[in-house]
Amino acid sequence: MEVSVTVNGERRSADVEPRTLLVHFLRETLGLTGTNVGCDTSSCGACTIHVNGESAKSCTMFAVQADGAEITTIEGLASENGELHPMQEAFMECHGLQCGYCTPGMVMAATSLVAENPGGLDEAGVREGLEGNLCRCTGYHNIVKAVLSVGGAA
Amino acid sequence: MTAVEDPIMSTAIGTPMKRREDPKLLAGEGKYVDDIHVVGQLWMGMVRSPLAHARITSIDTSAAEAAEGVHSVLTGPQLQEMGLWIAPLPCAWPVTEDMVNPPHYPAAIDEVHHVGEIVAVVLADSRYGAADAAEQVIVDYEPLDAVASIAAARDGSATAHSEHETNKAFHWPLVPDPDALDAAFANATHTVKADFVQQRLIPAAMEPRGVLAVPSPMGGDVTVYSATQVPHILKVMIAATTGIPESKIRVVAPAVGGGFGAKLNINPDEILAVTLANRLGRAVRWTESRSEAAFSTHQGRGQLQTIELAADADGKLQGVRVHVDADMGAYMMLITPGVPLLGSFLYTGVYDVPAFGFTCDGYFTNLTPTDAYRGAGRPEASYAIERAMDILAAQIGIGPDEIRRRNYLGGGEYFENLEVPSTLVFDSGHYGPNLDRALELADYDGLRAEQARRRAAGESKQLGIGMVTYVEICGLAPSRALGGLSYGAGGWEHATVRLLPTGKAEVVSGSTPHGQGHETTWSQIVADKLGIPPEDVTVLHSDTAISPLGLDTYGSRSLAVGGVAIAAACDKVVEKAKQIAAHQMEASADDLEFAGGMFSVSGSPDQAMPIQAIAFGAFTAHDLPDGMEPNLQEQVTFDPTNFVFPFGTHVCAVEIDEDTGAVELLSYVAVDDCGNQINPMIVEGQLHGGIVQGVAQALFEEACYDEDGNLTNPSMMDYLVPSAADVPSMVTDYTVTPSTSNPLGVKGAGEAGTISSAAAVMNAVVDALSPFGVVDMDMPATPQRVWRTINEAKGGQA
Repeated sequence: MEVSVTVNGERRSADVEPRTLLVHFLRETLGLTGTNVGCDTSSCGACTIHVNGESAKSCTMFAVQADGAEITTIEGLASENGELHPMQEAFMECHGLQCGYCTPGMVMAATSLVAENPGGLDEAGVREGLEGNLCRCTGYHNIVKAVLSVGGAA
Repeated sequence: MTAVEDPIMSTAIGTPMKRREDPKLLAGEGKYVDDIHVVGQLWMGMVRSPLAHARITSIDTSAAEAAEGVHSVLTGPQLQEMGLWIAPLPCAWPVTEDMVNPPHYPAAIDEVHHVGEIVAVVLADSRYGAADAAEQVIVDYEPLDAVASIAAARDGSATAHSEHETNKAFHWPLVPDPDALDAAFANATHTVKADFVQQRLIPAAMEPRGVLAVPSPMGGDVTVYSATQVPHILKVMIAATTGIPESKIRVVAPAVGGGFGAKLNINPDEILAVTLANRLGRAVRWTESRSEAAFSTHQGRGQLQTIELAADADGKLQGVRVHVDADMGAYMMLITPGVPLLGSFLYTGVYDVPAFGFTCDGYFTNLTPTDAYRGAGRPEASYAIERAMDILAAQIGIGPDEIRRRNYLGGGEYFENLEVPSTLVFDSGHYGPNLDRALELADYDGLRAEQARRRAAGESKQLGIGMVTYVEICGLAPSRALGGLSYGAGGWEHATVRLLPTGKAEVVSGSTPHGQGHETTWSQIVADKLGIPPEDVTVLHSDTAISPLGLDTYGSRSLAVGGVAIAAACDKVVEKAKQIAAHQMEASADDLEFAGGMFSVSGSPDQAMPIQAIAFGAFTAHDLPDGMEPNLQEQVTFDPTNFVFPFGTHVCAVEIDEDTGAVELLSYVAVDDCGNQINPMIVEGQLHGGIVQGVAQALFEEACYDEDGNLTNPSMMDYLVPSAADVPSMVTDYTVTPSTSNPLGVKGAGEAGTISSAAAVMNAVVDALSPFGVVDMDMPATPQRVWRTINEAKGGQA
């Protein structure tokens, strides 16, 4: 089946098997390997991207379900002139990553969480908001710190 | 430990430098194995046994072979007949001469010994096609009785391997003075005997394991991309297992998404990918699914411990006696039998114990093999002694802080090079001030007051306070010591440091990162040693073609062995540069000083040369001392003379809802001592992660098996890796007691958090439940288990 999406501002089309998961479409058809796969039960959130502005686990969607959608992956988060997004900067500043595998999904989930809470988040809000994204390296301490530094309540 | 602005004059060591690894990982540029693809590659799909113990009676591959896009389907016997390997998968740690080690081939030949063991392999031209075809292979089995627990293994009415008469794999004793130990118990005023269960754990690094083998049919060599912690060991072991000359194998560990021990093995899939790629002349790849990982990657822990303490009237320890029954699983993997031994030396913890004895029996079961998991033997040891100390304190009627103070090695004062009864020599320790700081940060007195208030008021939310003072043994390791333990390799590490003609430095590291930030830390060491800016240092690693010598990353060894090798190689570079500088400045080398990257003549500050200029001079070789080789490159293989022994005190508080059994971790304070720190930010990050992995063992995680050997929670839906919502932020601080084992004075930090936190949390849980008369409970302290424990203790229905 033909699938057309706009990924990181660029129109991309391809013919895929109907059962192709969105994450495999992004990674293997479009070559955007920044989005990772960490589980097979939609538990870990490593594959989190933005679909039409909202965070979504790209392993829970078929590529065909994204037909016509606007998608942002981790590769599209930094600005065109190469500056990291403030959330990426915050993860670096606060040491919110170690092996980096959960990081793209965590950063995408975090930017979405902050956008959904314009009034600002407290620690509990960040922790609950990131419940669907697992990290095995950081113990979450510095991830929470990073997200609060961007989207914490004043 | 303060940052200085001028990079030339800065002391990079000790500063919380931001990680140079981060920008590319944050931008999604990290290339993990599953991100690397080769044209013409074949995807492996594994046909795995659904039974824990069975005889294979027939395999029908016809439907799978006929499926579109399938290249071939190969059963275990067919693979064996192809002569792809010359030896079974290796176990590098035969702990005793008579250890039983059943052959473990990449695919089962006639009998399967655990759920998930490979019985056939499908090769197909797509990921989905390989998975589909694997489903279409029909295997008939004759079920055999399964051994699904250590208890069943001990019982022995069924054996995990049909050809065995018993499930016992080995008996390993460490009882330096049996008479002294018996006397200690005979003369004791107080004794404690406690049984603890170290449940099986699934390591669950976020990146699943994967492998891509790329052959060169005419060249005869093969490049192996693997999600491994141990590219160098993998290279040697591929050669030993397959017969491919070692010189024809290149192993690359690209970006690796966490390991925690689970990626230090030599796995069936790796051997299959390499040998099939070579045989077929096509690249072969495989990535485990998360649910598959519970079978295709080893698990951790799996021990039953009995610990006995003998103490005098004041609670001073006189003897510690330990027995461990350890679950090997179905096969001996690379260091399976050695894991309990790594803990054996630490069952006396931080305490002054005159008499000690440890014995371990290893047992086979029909479960996924066990092997190293963060801490490997040491979390188990720390748990047993630290839980037992709390039981002893309660028995005597003193506080957990007091029982520890009364027993600390050196009386809690500073000591160095101290021999303990397990025959080790602890490098350095200073436990008293470390405990003081942890209690202060945790507001221990305040917590106790709040606990008393709640109890007096009869509140149903019980407060529990737990503490641990741990010591661990890491920096693996002196090669001779490993040889004494029958380990099949040395413990050295290799480093090469070269100053390029343009004055930039390249470091080749034998230890390999999978999240630890080696590139940043190593650049800090080199920057200080050579007096150049850290950004002028490039670190090369994780590719045996670039870094041919190394022993990789496990056992918190990278800094204490590999980092020390790098520092020593830098010293050699400086020494050679000094000879060149002396020659070119027409001065005596003895009169030269080296500081901030500059050689200067004592007393003549205007006579000076930067090391970068000397590097260029060493490259052109126009004016070198007679007989000196060109270029500024030195290498060091460092073999430490002793392990390192980090320590620390962790104090935490939990709240337990008496009505629901729910446990909430309210606060966690960790005061660690890993000697000198190169990058405190990285140290703290590793402690955070380690602590949460131990908390996970205490409260959430357990690989649960039914009596037939089926894992009932293989996916992340039901194996509870904690999320951010399950744990609190932590408070960390440090004392600094430099190691005497290496010139940098460094210890290790990667496993320390996990070695301490499970016991700290369970001490808090039991403390919370102590008003009900509870003295112990098993991990994980799930709401259901806690609720049952409370109700049983109350005499109600459980």
